[in-house]
Amino acid sequence: MKKLLSGNEAIALGAYHAGVVVATAYPGTPSTEILENIARMDGVYAEWSTNEKVALEVGMGASYGGVRALVSMKHVGLNVAADPFFAVSTTGVVGGLVIVSCDDPGEHSSQGEQDNRHFARIAKVPMLEPTDSQEAYELMDWAFSISEEFDTPVLLRSTTRISHCKTVVDVTKERKADLRQPGFIRSPEKYVMVPSNARVRRHAMEERIKKLQAYVEDFPLNQMLLADRRLGVISDGVAYQYAREVFSDASHLKLTTIYPIPANLIRRFAREVERVVVVEELDPYLEDEVRRLGIAVTGKEFIPIIGELNPEIVEDGAIQAGLLSASPKPPPKSRRPAPQLPPRPPLLCAGCPHIATEFALRRLGFYNPNPNEELSLKRKIPAQLKKGGLIATSDIGCYTLGVYAPLFALDTCACMGASIGQALGLEKAGVPNKIVAVIGDSTFMHSGITGLIDVVYNEGSTTVIILDNETTAMTGHQGHPGTGISAKGTKAGMVKLEALARGIGVNDVNVVDAFDLALIESTLSRCIENDEPSVIIARGPCPLRVKSSGKPFKVDSEKCNSCYACLRIGCPAISVSGDKAWIDAGLCVGSGCGICAQVCPEEAISESKE
Amino acid sequence: MLMVGVGGQGVILASDGMGEIGMNNGYDVKKSDTLGMAQRGGSVVSHIRWGRQVFSPMIKKGNVDFLIGFEQLESARWAPYLKSGGVAIVADVTVVPVSVVGSTMSYPSWEEIEGILSQHTHQTYLIPASRIATQAGNPRALNMVMLGSLSVFLELETEAWTETMRRRLPPKFVESSIEAFMRGADEVKAVIQAKEIKK
Repeated sequence: MKKLLSGNEAIALGAYHAGVVVATAYPGTPSTEILENIARMDGVYAEWSTNEKVALEVGMGASYGGVRALVSMKHVGLNVAADPFFAVSTTGVVGGLVIVSCDDPGEHSSQGEQDNRHFARIAKVPMLEPTDSQEAYELMDWAFSISEEFDTPVLLRSTTRISHCKTVVDVTKERKADLRQPGFIRSPEKYVMVPSNARVRRHAMEERIKKLQAYVEDFPLNQMLLADRRLGVISDGVAYQYAREVFSDASHLKLTTIYPIPANLIRRFAREVERVVVVEELDPYLEDEVRRLGIAVTGKEFIPIIGELNPEIVEDGAIQAGLLSASPKPPPKSRRPAPQLPPRPPLLCAGCPHIATEFALRRLGFYNPNPNEELSLKRKIPAQLKKGGLIATSDIGCYTLGVYAPLFALDTCACMGASIGQALGLEKAGVPNKIVAVIGDSTFMHSGITGLIDVVYNEGSTTVIILDNETTAMTGHQGHPGTGISAKGTKAGMVKLEALARGIGVNDVNVVDAFDLALIESTLSRCIENDEPSVIIARGPCPLRVKSSGKPFKVDSEKCNSCYACLRIGCPAISVSGDKAWIDAGLCVGSGCGICAQVCPEEAISESKE
Repeated sequence: MLMVGVGGQGVILASDGMGEIGMNNGYDVKKSDTLGMAQRGGSVVSHIRWGRQVFSPMIKKGNVDFLIGFEQLESARWAPYLKSGGVAIVADVTVVPVSVVGSTMSYPSWEEIEGILSQHTHQTYLIPASRIATQAGNPRALNMVMLGSLSVFLELETEAWTETMRRRLPPKFVESSIEAFMRGADEVKAVIQAKEIKK
């Protein structure tokens, strides 16, 4: 049966048909939909794990228990999971264990770009990579078989374009009927990695890679296509599709086994063609591998090392390298540079519970990038610091968008959970400013907890603001330990943030309404003056999950004096009509929010009657 | 074809539908969406390709046969993707980005947008899509109006479209969606007819 599936849907279906029993993940673009799809399938235990490290450890346990397990994450998730990733490479598996890493070339929704093909080599874990959804579906079955046959975890690498593009999949299989039965067979020499055992396993790892080197030579999804012999293009992933399109007459070698590479197949291909080039996204991974075989090869000389490719970039590079002749026609009119059009920068949503807290940070003494702009206020701020007196370290989530205009509220954003350690580090360095760490509820659970423990243990005075919107919002509203909702949407155990913070040893724990600007400001002012660690949980639901909304707010244009204080909160529902502020009733979430009314010095904003 | 708009307008649902309709009619299909980081309100663009065998899921600039703009500014932004003489179908919807508030940049007028599009094609259709959707009984069926407008240019039976709509949409929206689709098609047919009479 033919289906139009995204790469992530295909990975989930492929794993399901391959008989996966346990599936774990922490949400992260572009990987999230893999677990979301698997969670809807019968007969699979699916969980959102607290973070990627735990996800992989659960997968490892399931594999030791004899069943097939799938663990999925975004590229930077594998950094978090690197420790168990290397460990399970050493112990090997029982039930097939497949780890899916979804890289994000071009950083569509990531804090950095990294090429996780390198992870396979340093961890000595075989890696497969699909070029479309059909292969994503088929490779899952191969991945589980390889895992079991060679006693190794298998890494399947995808990228944003593979994960999120929909292509036609011929669904040929059904879920395996004869699933592996769970059971643990005691084997300390395999599972207990004391040095004496680990040294033995180390040899097994090298032998495994040698066997795999021979195995991948005949792997059916690697494909050599001989046409015009003057040019031979080696490619993987979505770059293969661009290469086929741009070099339509050339010979091609498509690789799906990325580690180890099929050395003899590549040598054979190189002998068949006059010139070998590699087209690949990000690092010259394949190019270096091919060169190591003693084959003359080029690639990154004309294909960019940074960012996502597309057919245009590949074509331009090919013309520049003299591999294609430039089109003889004059460039079409359409190649003219586009005129200046107003951009559409990412914004927090109307009714977002993060807005008031980020606005409060700005008002309390944050650096103001626009010195001409005065923040009109209707109330005095309890204890305003000198401008620039406050540093806000931040973290990964929707609230990071508060770094943009008009909030300009944040100073850092590095990786999951970093805000708290960064805040303590700034304090211990002796920086005189008041320092606040800003982190979301899901990110705090993921890796903020250990940072907070560090603050308590080492007697810092950091104030940690946990922006608790009761979901993992940015990736599309997944559950986390603080929500009490499982990956399947059922009731689950619940870890309460305030109890957790007190349990860690923070005495000054405050829970505030995320839409009460005055309360947020007074609590924050008090906490930053406090010499001991403090936690402020700003709690309010994500507006995209609230079904019923109240009556929208409206501006009384008689009272509005065009000071535009309301525009400073960055609510997308508020704009200017004529010269007065105007609220789009279709976007405003109404009663639950009302931050604009709280900042209006003229009291010109109120809830509409109808 | 390229479908462009703003998050929350139903672009992805419409492009998913286009992908399926292509597949059900025997084409190889690839579809690629790009959404910004924001959950709402960002630029959304969806590349959809039908063919005997499709390689790249992304379309090169200057190669788009049909640009379906759910919003005027976004239609102008993606105009350079149109091939010379391609068809631009644009909803008369404007979603003003915050970048114009208190800035020197302003939201372009339709004349300016039409000017940008006319560098690439003279086949531009401005569709009063919100009004048509409301008249059809479902103000949110903007995307169905746009699919209807597009359908005039593709050689597929009406049934090919409505069958997918019946299968994909919640039952209570099916009738109003089909109505919106039909009215979208009628709008474009009327415009084409008027042009021919002028000639």
